[in-house]
Amino acid sequence: MRAAVIQFPGSNCDRDMAVGFDRASGDNNRAQLVWHKESNLPKDIDIVGIPGGFSFGDYLRCGAIAARSPIMRSVIEFAKKGGYVIGICNGFQVLTESGLLPGVLMRNSNLKFVCKDIELKVKTTKSAFTNAHKIGDVVTYPVAHHDGNYTADTEILKALHGDDRIAYTYVNNPNGSVDDIAGILSDNRRVLGMMPHPERMNDPALGGVDGNKLFESIASALVSA
Amino acid sequence: MKARVHVTLKNGILDPQGAAVKHSLGALGFEGVDRVRQGKIIELELSETDTAKAEEQVKNMCENLLANTVIEDYSVEIL
Repeated sequence: MRAAVIQFPGSNCDRDMAVGFDRASGDNNRAQLVWHKESNLPKDIDIVGIPGGFSFGDYLRCGAIAARSPIMRSVIEFAKKGGYVIGICNGFQVLTESGLLPGVLMRNSNLKFVCKDIELKVKTTKSAFTNAHKIGDVVTYPVAHHDGNYTADTEILKALHGDDRIAYTYVNNPNGSVDDIAGILSDNRRVLGMMPHPERMNDPALGGVDGNKLFESIASALVSA
Repeated sequence: MKARVHVTLKNGILDPQGAAVKHSLGALGFEGVDRVRQGKIIELELSETDTAKAEEQVKNMCENLLANTVIEDYSVEIL
């Protein structure tokens, strides 16, 4: 699997994400880190990861400025051609701001920054990101965000439910997101956005290995030559 | 030429920050505040001298970056 991880000023866990991809594919140092000012993705990429953090200081709106950076034009084109993209935390915000995923992530309903390990329920196994799971599996991932309150209009929600595009829900909703949504898929099921951080829970030294399942799912779905 | 953009949450979109401000005003003893909505003001200085063209330009900026039209409304004032 050849992964590219995008780095914006203020990104975090970008290296953790790269390590996650590399470990799952059993190939050290293969994931490439790509600076936001680049206008093209490396050639023959299988998946693009957009990491968490507070890109551009969350100025204007979370993810808004990152979504309009030069590399994102290339990422949008890649996704529109059927490429796989995963956005975690701020990466999810970048994906909604860039129009690759519907809806919007608003300020947490209790206005508090939430930073803790929480339980998520896997809602679909029909995706490259969750195929190693069984429906209803509960995983524990950390969350760390101020704007994770997912909102969308009723038409979008109907499509997300009807087309089995909700990937994860919170067991105990920490941010007020509609229908406890923690992660969603694009209509072609190849773009995943999620607020929790699997890459922060994929080594015993980090307190758990639940996050490995996500990277293993991706690696098994995207075995490249 | 200067332009001022007001960005506000659409009606029907919950504004927890506005609600917190309203609560705090009540706690300070300000009575009769029925609703608070919080938004943003963005001021731009433009080299364009034609008002209509400037307004068109700024509207385009709003659609592309300054507002997220999924949840926000905007209005443009040319000063």
